[in-house]
Amino acid sequence: MTMSTKQQDAQVGTRLTDEDILVEVRNIKKYFPIKGGVLQKTVGQLKAVDDVSFSIKKGETLGIVGESGSGKSTLGRVLIRLLEPTDGQLIFDNKDITTLRQRLIRPIREDMQMVFQDPFASLNSKMSVEQLIEEPLLVQGNLAKKDRKQKVLAVLQKVGLRKDDLQKYPHEFSGGQRQRISIARALVLNPKFVICDEPVSALDVSIQAQVLNLMKDLQEDLGLTYLFIAHDLSVVKHISDRVAVMYLGRFAEIAPKRSLYDNPLHPYTQALLSSIPVIDLSGEQARGKEKIKLSGDLPSPASPPSGCTFRTRCPKAHDRCTIDRPELIEIDEGHFVACHLYDRS
Amino acid sequence: MSSEPVLDVQKLKTYFYLDQNLVAKAVDDVSFSVYPGETVAIVGESGSGKSITALSIMQLINKPGRIVEGSIRVREKNLLDLKEKQMTTIRGNHIGMIFQEPMTALNPVFTIGNQLTEMIRKHKKVSKEIARNKATELLRVVGIPRPDAIMKEYPHQLSGGMRQRVMIAMAISCEPELIIADEPTTALDVTIQAQILDLLKDMQKRYNLAVLLITHDLGVVYEYTDRVIVMYGGQIVEQAPTKKLLSLTKHPYTNGLLSSLPNMEEDVERLGTIKGTVPAAYNFPAGCRFSTRCPAVMEKCRQINPPLLQLDADHFVRCHLYEDGGDE
Repeated sequence: MTMSTKQQDAQVGTRLTDEDILVEVRNIKKYFPIKGGVLQKTVGQLKAVDDVSFSIKKGETLGIVGESGSGKSTLGRVLIRLLEPTDGQLIFDNKDITTLRQRLIRPIREDMQMVFQDPFASLNSKMSVEQLIEEPLLVQGNLAKKDRKQKVLAVLQKVGLRKDDLQKYPHEFSGGQRQRISIARALVLNPKFVICDEPVSALDVSIQAQVLNLMKDLQEDLGLTYLFIAHDLSVVKHISDRVAVMYLGRFAEIAPKRSLYDNPLHPYTQALLSSIPVIDLSGEQARGKEKIKLSGDLPSPASPPSGCTFRTRCPKAHDRCTIDRPELIEIDEGHFVACHLYDRS
Repeated sequence: MSSEPVLDVQKLKTYFYLDQNLVAKAVDDVSFSVYPGETVAIVGESGSGKSITALSIMQLINKPGRIVEGSIRVREKNLLDLKEKQMTTIRGNHIGMIFQEPMTALNPVFTIGNQLTEMIRKHKKVSKEIARNKATELLRVVGIPRPDAIMKEYPHQLSGGMRQRVMIAMAISCEPELIIADEPTTALDVTIQAQILDLLKDMQKRYNLAVLLITHDLGVVYEYTDRVIVMYGGQIVEQAPTKKLLSLTKHPYTNGLLSSLPNMEEDVERLGTIKGTVPAAYNFPAGCRFSTRCPAVMEKCRQINPPLLQLDADHFVRCHLYEDGGDE
């Protein structure tokens, strides 16, 4: 951890008062041991998340984009403590939850829920919709049957399902409807914070739009805060207020969405944006923007390149990139980038 | 564009006999052609019949599915008249296929070199050595670094993008005229998708291939194809040159698809949606198959399924709104 990360964290922090912030992540790391040899000794570390800091305001949506292997899903799981962080600090609703025991974390989990990508795998096929939505309430265990039923009905309506759906089973629903069931399960405990891990990527585009609209409506109605993890940049742009771009376990860039999409600074963000095929009938989007296409694959997170991890694919890499790891620096208001091209020191 | 199509599909019907009275009309009266050097997209959501159309052309339909009617002509030969052995020659020599998940198409227990040489020797009578040299050369053509080393590797040792490059090498190994690519980049990351689609485009130019690209991504359609066929409920609902279809969209379904895409340029609060879900292929509504979800539905639509109307030289639409000479 270097000095500049700490300074910059302080900067991010000063702009918001504590009451505004729901989630704060400080220098979080998640390393997985790599075992090898006959004795299964630890021979290395896979740095899935490597020193990431950010905060999310109440009612805000932070989008996280990245390719497979970027560590975005691991980050989501560490935040909700489904995975134990290797290092760093997690603060949720002004409470430090980094080392809280699993038993004590349960009441906090009421406030943080997760919606997963695959609505086919994440719902128990042997449970009816009613049982599925009621289950979190049973685990929480402090409501009478009548009250539980009422809560289930209320949330069912909120996500746009009908009362006669209650006795049906997951296989009777399409992907979009199943994702509504997953959302209902997540919302039945009235959480403050919902981590959405690729919630629409398994859905057809017209269904995806229905679910995205629903998520936006629910956020407004219930004052939810979202962490929205996805690989699709257009979906992330639609739903987020701020967007972070992840590459090999680190943030390459984080900025308010307008700023990020109109003025991407990191060569990786620029390449990502120009790789998406878009319908551009007027030629507006192509104008003045050169297409940057990346060569090669994402390096293995088990043996990331030295210095800047993106340098092996970066069209603008120079000598310094092999030696120094760039830290996030603020270029414009709230727009941070980790790239030596912008470091004037 | 030459006047002779590479592929000509007429009135194709592929049904799945699920039960005694349950018939899923996965592909129901589909006709289109693909010309040399042209890239044609078939777009649609899951359940639209786009993949079954591709599999029907390759005759890879398994029970309870069956091609019940129609013709599929490749260079004047109706594939439906061929025996399985003759069909094997067509696959490879005339049509190459690229699937979404290359891991399922490659054999995990043989090396890349083994599979490529075998493929070449199956279709061309050449010695092992010539086939091996050709295989290495093909890997170089599709942009694989260190082709000699990769020849000795197994599919699981390669990344998703590299595997898809190998698939492309296999598909072009026997110099086909037509490549059918079924969602070739759906499982890949966006930067890798761009590489693979660019490669496919390069190969097309280099060998003057016709490409039939099955996809759900309208962005990919815009950037990589010449003509689009939009499928819904096992039928073609709209067909036109790509730019025309995307700018002068006629069918309410195509319009719905376009408005449900998140926009990269402007911020929109809410996305357009198509209400409901795709009906099951064994339970299509009477009349127009889109009538249950259509925002412009009329009484007529619930009774009569409209024919595919020709609006002008190259724009076709299946919708009652455009009947009587195509006025709106």
